[in-house]
Amino acid sequence: MDQSTVELIRSSLGPLLEGMVKGTIPLTAISFVLGLLLALVVALMRLSPIWPVSAIARFYVSVIRGTPLLVQLFIIFYGLPSLGATIDPWPSAVLAFTLNVGGYASEIIRAAIISVPRGQWEAAQTVGMNYPTTLRRIILPQAARVSVPPLSNTLISLVKDTSLASTILVTETFRKAQELAGPTFEFFTLYMVAAAYYWAVCLVLSFAQSRLETRLDRYVAS
Amino acid sequence: MSISVSGINKRFGDFVALDNVSLEVPTGRLTALLGPSGGGKSTLLRIIAGLEFPDTGSVEIEGVQATWLPPQKRSVGFVFQHYAAFKHMTVFKNVAFGLEIRRKPRAEIRQRVMELLELVHLEQFADRLPSQLSGGQRQRMALARALAVQPEVLLLDEPFGALDAQVRKELRDWLRNLHDEMNVTTIFVTHDQEEALEVSDEIVVINGGRIEQVGAPADLYDRPANDFVMKFLGPVTTLDGQLVRPHDIELLAAPGQEAIEATVTRLTRVGFEVRAELRTSKGGSEPWVQLTRIQAQELDLEPGRSVWLRTTHAPKTLAVS
Repeated sequence: MDQSTVELIRSSLGPLLEGMVKGTIPLTAISFVLGLLLALVVALMRLSPIWPVSAIARFYVSVIRGTPLLVQLFIIFYGLPSLGATIDPWPSAVLAFTLNVGGYASEIIRAAIISVPRGQWEAAQTVGMNYPTTLRRIILPQAARVSVPPLSNTLISLVKDTSLASTILVTETFRKAQELAGPTFEFFTLYMVAAAYYWAVCLVLSFAQSRLETRLDRYVAS
Repeated sequence: MSISVSGINKRFGDFVALDNVSLEVPTGRLTALLGPSGGGKSTLLRIIAGLEFPDTGSVEIEGVQATWLPPQKRSVGFVFQHYAAFKHMTVFKNVAFGLEIRRKPRAEIRQRVMELLELVHLEQFADRLPSQLSGGQRQRMALARALAVQPEVLLLDEPFGALDAQVRKELRDWLRNLHDEMNVTTIFVTHDQEEALEVSDEIVVINGGRIEQVGAPADLYDRPANDFVMKFLGPVTTLDGQLVRPHDIELLAAPGQEAIEATVTRLTRVGFEVRAELRTSKGGSEPWVQLTRIQAQELDLEPGRSVWLRTTHAPKTLAVS
């Protein structure tokens, strides 16, 4: 590696870190939390015995999973203004990622809820609990352990998917790399540094996942 | 009457689980619902609990019309075959839960839970998770959890079915003692006739979605209403075209009044008892007889020997239908 490349890497570390901390990470965190809340609602709707309710949820999941995330992002940012709804880049990205996570994670949460034995619902009822209490105190804590690995997948995918937000002018890590590479033509070096940043974040998340799994393991031990 | 069930019908698709079932369960008694699997006994218990709803008919609990009430409004405690322990909570929390959601003061909850855990001999396990308990301990915890909210009715669905024989027997005696102490109206489902005979005040025999007979254990054993009840409650054999309990056949070494001649074909020792398989000279039926070792020795039984048979307890025999 020649001197100028080392110098380039060194000088790009700061701006790319800024892209991570101000762009990628908050974008991921906010979208994921909102997406999970949405996913829970959609999962409960899909489990509803009232068919129009479950049909709406099924339609939503089908649309989200059946269309590319990039297209969803473009519809919200470039498409909606023609209907008179102009949304800034950041909120557009949050909206698109939230809707996307909501679709995928709702299926994970639904499966996790179903995986809790029916006896748990029945036992909770006979002890005197109503539906919301049973869900919150008995079912979701047990469903949590089952859903940690697949939800971690969703989260890790989301970290990388947020790079798509660069296409709607959100300054996150990848956009920063593009901006730096433009005038210098050092695409390879700068994209490698960006990739390393994404990888580092995902490594941390994988580690956190296994810690969380161990902590929740006691819930499912026989 | 503590529980009054009338005219219950319940189908699952084409399968008739309960066919016009009516039953009165007196307050403070320990009643067994006994029958083969798929006979409808669990369905009846779950309808009483509110975990299932009948197609037609009604359920009253302590004079309250309960047919359409959800379980949490029925004042019933329920114990499941597979414990249904809340796995993510300590033993203490499991038992305390019903009291917590009723917003009882903390001190009162603590005291009541510890009392219950003492009652089920789990006081030193209060801080453990259910996964750290044995099957028998888990089921005792489930019982304490069901009793915590002071239900008017305690319902147990095959409570000892998942446990091994030794523990099952222990818990059985223990349930009887507990019931005598607490006197809460209790119904338990079992397919084990020995369990029903040993523990309950009253047995309801259910088969094919119908009640075959209701009565005290001794009544049912001695005066079964039909062949099914007779066969289900204990061992039977056929002598001279009649169903007889094998321990109600007397073996004589010499001809006697109304005694039938037979030949011993096989002897089997099972623990303290002896099973003698025989063939009668007339009619060639093949009854078997249950004897004590001493009886067998006194008669000097061995295969090929001729003996004479007569029933000692005529009232409980029935014509074979």
